[in-house]
Amino acid sequence: MPEPIIHVDRLTKKFKNFMAVDHISFDVPAGQIFAFLGPNGAGKSTTIKMITTLLHPSSGTIRLNGVDPVKDPKDARRSFGIVFQDPSLDDELTAWENLEFHGVLYGVPKELRRTRIGEMLAFVELSDRRDDLVKTFSGGMKRRLEIARGLLHHPKVLFLDEPTLGLDPQTRNHMWSYLHELNRKEGITVFFSTHYMEEAERNAQRIAVIDHGKIVTSGTSDDLKAQTHTATLEDAFLALTGTTIRDEAGSAADRMRQRHRAWGHR
Amino acid sequence: MNKIFILWLRQVIRYLRSRPRIIGSLGQPLLFLVALGFGFGPVFAKAGQGNYLEFLAPGVVGMGIIFTSIFSGIEVIWDRQFGFLKETLVAPVSRLRIMVGRTLGGATVATLQGVLVLALTFLIGFRPANAWLILPAILVMGLVALLFTSLGTAIASMLDDMQGFQLIMNFLVMPLFFLSGALFPLDHLPTAIRVATVIDPLTYGIDAMRHLLIGASHYALSLDLLVLSAFTAVFVALGAWLFSRIQV
Ligand SMILES: Nc1ncnc2c1ncn2[C@@H]1O[C@H](COP(=O)(O)OP(=O)(O)O)[C@@H](O)[C@H]1O
Ligand SMILES: [Mg+2]
Repeated sequence: MPEPIIHVDRLTKKFKNFMAVDHISFDVPAGQIFAFLGPNGAGKSTTIKMITTLLHPSSGTIRLNGVDPVKDPKDARRSFGIVFQDPSLDDELTAWENLEFHGVLYGVPKELRRTRIGEMLAFVELSDRRDDLVKTFSGGMKRRLEIARGLLHHPKVLFLDEPTLGLDPQTRNHMWSYLHELNRKEGITVFFSTHYMEEAERNAQRIAVIDHGKIVTSGTSDDLKAQTHTATLEDAFLALTGTTIRDEAGSAADRMRQRHRAWGHR
Repeated sequence: MNKIFILWLRQVIRYLRSRPRIIGSLGQPLLFLVALGFGFGPVFAKAGQGNYLEFLAPGVVGMGIIFTSIFSGIEVIWDRQFGFLKETLVAPVSRLRIMVGRTLGGATVATLQGVLVLALTFLIGFRPANAWLILPAILVMGLVALLFTSLGTAIASMLDDMQGFQLIMNFLVMPLFFLSGALFPLDHLPTAIRVATVIDPLTYGIDAMRHLLIGASHYALSLDLLVLSAFTAVFVALGAWLFSRIQV
């Protein structure tokens, strides 16, 4: 078996005395679409931040595309693209400028950069808006642009932290059709977090269920249902964690974000 | 080099796009020039100190620069709050280069603002003693801008949100400006005020500009430049260090 593209071993993050991520281990094979499913506060974003060099782990090891992101952050950074949970575009720049900025920071040579920006804008159907300021974009358009940006430097892995939070179902489907096409065509590994069960079930080849900083179980959605002798992933989740994901009220910050996005500004 | 350039360019583009911000930030210097320049003019002349507008003009240029440059540095907090900071921090570029690019961009913006304020003083009737010295005066503006943009970046790197912004404006920027000798001559001051002016880096920036623009200053130009350079070096280093420690 080839080395997995993401390998996480007993990864832990402690904030003061609080264990946000508690000795989690998992592997993601190259080319897979992998879901990190868990309620708000489970530790999804914290894990993604550690893998993507934004946070230092308290303990444990990570390998990303054969590199240790803690020791070689610069090498690790070249190999992934990321769409953060919260918007991270510069609203005062145009779509094209946001991509150009990214391309230069990632050292994509000029010729290649120009072609790739054109391709990516076409891919997410924003070509006709390339010279508009991002502040005039809807929430869905911003997300698409962030996906285009995350892919610009030909990453091996694309991380998406709650990519569809606050988007309407139509935009959500639309976005996933891009991601599947990308996974098929470029063989890119997609690692996404979500607290929507349907989203994990419909889009992921494998799912890891995370709750209170621990991975409860992982496998295909059929595995999870078989394991718990349940008919739906929702029931499986209830059986595994003792809570339904829907009952878990979102954190105040999450709710505010959602509202902001729904209103089309930050 | 490309990477530093694009970080620089972003700051400059954002500034040039924010017409309301540019125009708005000229209001305060204009008010100082008109109200103080003409209001205190007669008293100043009577006290045998000469033309107050002439004395005040470099001070108000200094004001334009310190406000804009601290604000530019503080933009780190904005970028953090609006998420864009993460995009830069996760890129394969060292923190040092990110800080340098941003800071040079902010300093450029503040220098441009200083030049605009200088143009404003010309409109009000200020005339530099020697037009040839405007260019070196702009270089001094650049140094002052770099100094305070780094200071702004250093402070912003320690703050999580905009809560502290008002505090910085009221307890740092305002005192730095008012105690810099921008508005009053530095001789015959009470000891406490004198000490404050001596440790305030803006004092030396404005003194150097006075030297170049009106041909009169309190300290020697070489001393001004030495102190400014030393402060800038310290603040750039401090800003770079604090910026490298940001966690998101
Ligand atoms: N910087 C931080 N300091 C202290 N606690 C934090 C910090 N970041 C996250 N947490 C806490 O860690 C837990 C996991 O957070 P997070 O990874 O954002 O969850 P998720 O993304 O699954 O919703 C939460 O309880 C959150 O409040
Ligand atoms: Mg999260």
